[in-house]
Amino acid sequence: MIEAFVSQIRTIWRILLHSFTKAETVQYPEQKPYLAPRYRGRIVLTRDPDGDERCVACNLCAVACPPDCIALQQGTREDGRWYPEFFRINFSRCIMCGMCEEACPTNAIQLTPDFEMCEYDRQNMVYEKEHLLINGTGKYHDYNFYRVSGLKIDGKDKGEAQNEAEPIDVKSLLP
Amino acid sequence: MPTIVIDGKEYEVPQGENILEACLGLGLDLPYFCWHPAMGSIGSCRQCAVIQYQNPEDERGKLVMGCMTPVQDGARFSITNEAASSFREFIIESLMVNHPHDCPVCAEGGECHLQDMTVMAGHRDRRYRGLKKTHRNQYLGPLIHHEMNRCITCYRCVRFYKDYAGGSDLSAMASHDHVYFGRHEDGKLESPFSGNLVEVCPTGVFTDKHLVNDYTRKWDLQSAPSICPGCSVGCNTSPGERYGKLKRVHNRYNPDINGYFLCDKGRFGATYVNSEKRIPAVGRRSKDGLFDAIDSSQALTDIAKGLSTSKVIGIGSPRTSIETNFALQNLVGQQNFCTGISETETALVSACIEAIKESGAKIPSPREIERCDAILILGEDVTNTATRIALSLRQAVRNEAFNMAEGLQLQSWQDAATRMLVQDERSPLFLASPHATQLDDIAEGIFNLSPSNIAHLGYSVASLIEGKKDDAAKKTDANDYGNIAEALLKAERPLIISGTGVTDTSVIKAASSITSALVAKGKETYLSLIYQEANTLGITLLDQGQGPSLSNIFEQGENNSIQTLIIVENDLYRRAAKHKVDKLLQAADQVIVLDILDNETCNQADIVIPASSFAECEGTLINFEGRAQRHFPVFESKHPCRPSWEWLTEIGKISSNKNMLEWQCFDDINKACSESSSTLTGINEVAPDRKYRVGGRKIPRQPHRYSGRTAMVANLSVHEPKQTDDTETPLGFTMEGHSGDRPGELIPFVWAPGWNSNHSVHKLQTGSEGELKGGRSVVKIESKKLIQSKQQVKSVNQNNDQDHFIAVAMYKIFGTGELSSQSPGIIELCESESIELAIEAADKLGVSNGDGVTAHGVNGTVDLEVKINDSLISNCVGIIQGMPGAANINPGEGLSLTRSENWVRRSEIISSDQLGGKNV
Repeated sequence: MIEAFVSQIRTIWRILLHSFTKAETVQYPEQKPYLAPRYRGRIVLTRDPDGDERCVACNLCAVACPPDCIALQQGTREDGRWYPEFFRINFSRCIMCGMCEEACPTNAIQLTPDFEMCEYDRQNMVYEKEHLLINGTGKYHDYNFYRVSGLKIDGKDKGEAQNEAEPIDVKSLLP
Repeated sequence: MPTIVIDGKEYEVPQGENILEACLGLGLDLPYFCWHPAMGSIGSCRQCAVIQYQNPEDERGKLVMGCMTPVQDGARFSITNEAASSFREFIIESLMVNHPHDCPVCAEGGECHLQDMTVMAGHRDRRYRGLKKTHRNQYLGPLIHHEMNRCITCYRCVRFYKDYAGGSDLSAMASHDHVYFGRHEDGKLESPFSGNLVEVCPTGVFTDKHLVNDYTRKWDLQSAPSICPGCSVGCNTSPGERYGKLKRVHNRYNPDINGYFLCDKGRFGATYVNSEKRIPAVGRRSKDGLFDAIDSSQALTDIAKGLSTSKVIGIGSPRTSIETNFALQNLVGQQNFCTGISETETALVSACIEAIKESGAKIPSPREIERCDAILILGEDVTNTATRIALSLRQAVRNEAFNMAEGLQLQSWQDAATRMLVQDERSPLFLASPHATQLDDIAEGIFNLSPSNIAHLGYSVASLIEGKKDDAAKKTDANDYGNIAEALLKAERPLIISGTGVTDTSVIKAASSITSALVAKGKETYLSLIYQEANTLGITLLDQGQGPSLSNIFEQGENNSIQTLIIVENDLYRRAAKHKVDKLLQAADQVIVLDILDNETCNQADIVIPASSFAECEGTLINFEGRAQRHFPVFESKHPCRPSWEWLTEIGKISSNKNMLEWQCFDDINKACSESSSTLTGINEVAPDRKYRVGGRKIPRQPHRYSGRTAMVANLSVHEPKQTDDTETPLGFTMEGHSGDRPGELIPFVWAPGWNSNHSVHKLQTGSEGELKGGRSVVKIESKKLIQSKQQVKSVNQNNDQDHFIAVAMYKIFGTGELSSQSPGIIELCESESIELAIEAADKLGVSNGDGVTAHGVNGTVDLEVKINDSLISNCVGIIQGMPGAANINPGEGLSLTRSENWVRRSEIISSDQLGGKNV
């Protein structure tokens, strides 16, 4: 009986003390919370250090996506690069899980610490490439897939990628 | 059957197999590269290493290559042994040393045997720090993309291309780690089977160029079991679609027909489905001559009204399904239904049917052709008219090799050893043709003769076999053709091939008489007769010679007795001379055309209705052996396209056609068709009907990892539409459903856990090259049930003057097919309309390549470009079939030629691909 009474008093005392602590609630949207750089928010498509789009339309993000909300079509550019003819994310389905970013072999698709993407009309949640592509490298500054890949593109001949030897002269008899 | 022990477990395996085959047959995973079920073992990649123990006490064992070790009763093996598995991991690590970092931009990714095997063998991290070798690519034509960096030197490409398919322009070059697989110089791959490199290459060295430039991963392709509509062989295919476009065609395993390989026309000749020439709407010609898009229901009502009040003629087509033709036949009545095949061809098909009925020979499937050990080809240019059979023939001449190997107790899968043993020994193949063919390199005897002389050869061989010849005059025959008769008599399974391609009924009759003679000698004889289109035999059996012939219809047109003419999927300008067709189309009051692509006949129509292609509708085709097969829609028809049989049924219903009122779906038409005549009985059993379910579930067309479901059409509306219900077939436009064992005719694509490439087909087979586990319905029309058409055909007046040339039909794999030649890639390979002349003939006329000649025949004159073919016999000229001017010349007729004076030479066309694709 006494124990229960003490417990009640202690609880009331503690709650009273909370009246003097600093409030956790912030005045959003005037006041913004801190979000870490790796916070998983709005998805962007980035560019490589040379300013060309990084996405090579390999479809790995689309296949990794649990709600299947990414659709794209590959095309081949004049210079030999693969690129997405269209790239569409249906953000009304996206669950911000970041699997697409993990799957991306070129660091093209990245999640950003921006979550403010509410819309009155759901149709506006469908983002096309023009809405997704940013003018920057995002979190990964140096990576350029085509400098590593063996595919020949304008400005990078066979044998000029990282870790590649000069092309073999098939007609040479030298060992 | 021997019992072997693998990892302590006993298994019974078929006699004569190797360990790799046996393991795969048992469902055990063992990585491999150079082995191929159809090409055997050479043991070069060292990937399928296993441990073999001498006896139960042996704990160490020795490392052996699975593909080179025959199974023996009581033999003991281990796949999982640490020594074997680490060996396999090292091997793949060394193969990957030079492999580029390309997977994201490689068209093989996601269905790559190298990816699968790397994961299976357990190699993960690259340890080698040296530089990667690189190679320059070659331009290999508009069909195949080359990326040599990705090569792992398994040698499968050259083994297929040179050894299996008999090509000569792809080989291994340079030595040691410089080895390079390509041509001696840039240029298109010449073999008509080059497309198989896409599937044979375990990685992305050879890829489908059309797909590379409009790429979709295998997991995103919606596929359905289909049949190639390119020729009368009826290879099984698996076309893949995404975003409403047909992206590619892959082989679908059928042990009787195509096995693992397709021809290039089948593989690359289906993308006409995406053509801009597709008819976009139901159109009616307005007064100004242009077409106005009109409401389809209005159009159908108008047509139906016309049907009840006027004389109607329906012209069907041998390139579309039995059901479409059957629906048309029901709509207009049998006496008004014409097959749409030209007179000459109808006569040839009847002769073929008669030959089959009379000779008593067996009609072989392509697989059975591979087992025949002496072959005589009479006139048919098989490589161009039934391309897949040419590949089977190349295997058939190897029977001698297998016999020799058996003599040394060498298994048939010991590929390198067998080839070394036999060198150039081949089973006999004799060829009679007016010109050189692509099978000449494997022929023991080549006879360049005119069609009538080919028939003479045939009859001579027949009488030699019968042993009737005794008078001296005929001794010359024995000298010339004695070895043919001897070889056919010596063989266990002789095969005679002919067909409608040579356009001479006497050749077919000669083939029949040889076959009868062999049958009379008690031989297991095979007779294979080739038709020109996918359903030529089917429509002939449907018609049974009851309907009017094309020329009959032209006559009716001239008498102005046709009010309405319905033409279904048939460009009449390819079937008969232009002036005749012009007259017919003008004489009819109303011309209604249902077709897939816009063509000359559509241009003359009053109402044009867009039809679905083979990839968008269901249908049954009957191939050259009388085998009925079903193709299923891969994707939904784009509005307003609908299958022709659906349009026709609709018209029939509006006009209250008694039979057609009851037809609610495809199965009803199919069933009605099979009940309509005893010949076609059974075509409703070709594939399971629309109500077929496995455990209550349909069979999905999409792989289980199909992506983008909620985004594909989100640009149109964010509210995802429900997946379309497929009420016509047992397949669903979905990724959900039953994906275990299915009947063979319902396998849309192949996949198995850990096996993403087409090699996964072994999980669906019972043993390599074996039957499908889910079973397969084989519906073949028995030859005794065949009914030949009774049409009497006026024989073409042959002009045998010295100044006249005999027109000989010639065929091109790319160009003769009406629809396939509209596919991108193939368009570039199509030759221009031309007349082929022997050198002597060209000299006499004073013309050379590229000049023009005027041909004067029974249908007037035609100007054609000259192409010199030095293999052609001098009194014949080759007319390439399927080209615009070709229909004006009847094969077999006598032509007089004059040099065309005001001919303008064509300017050279530079291949678009070489022009723009410096990186391609």
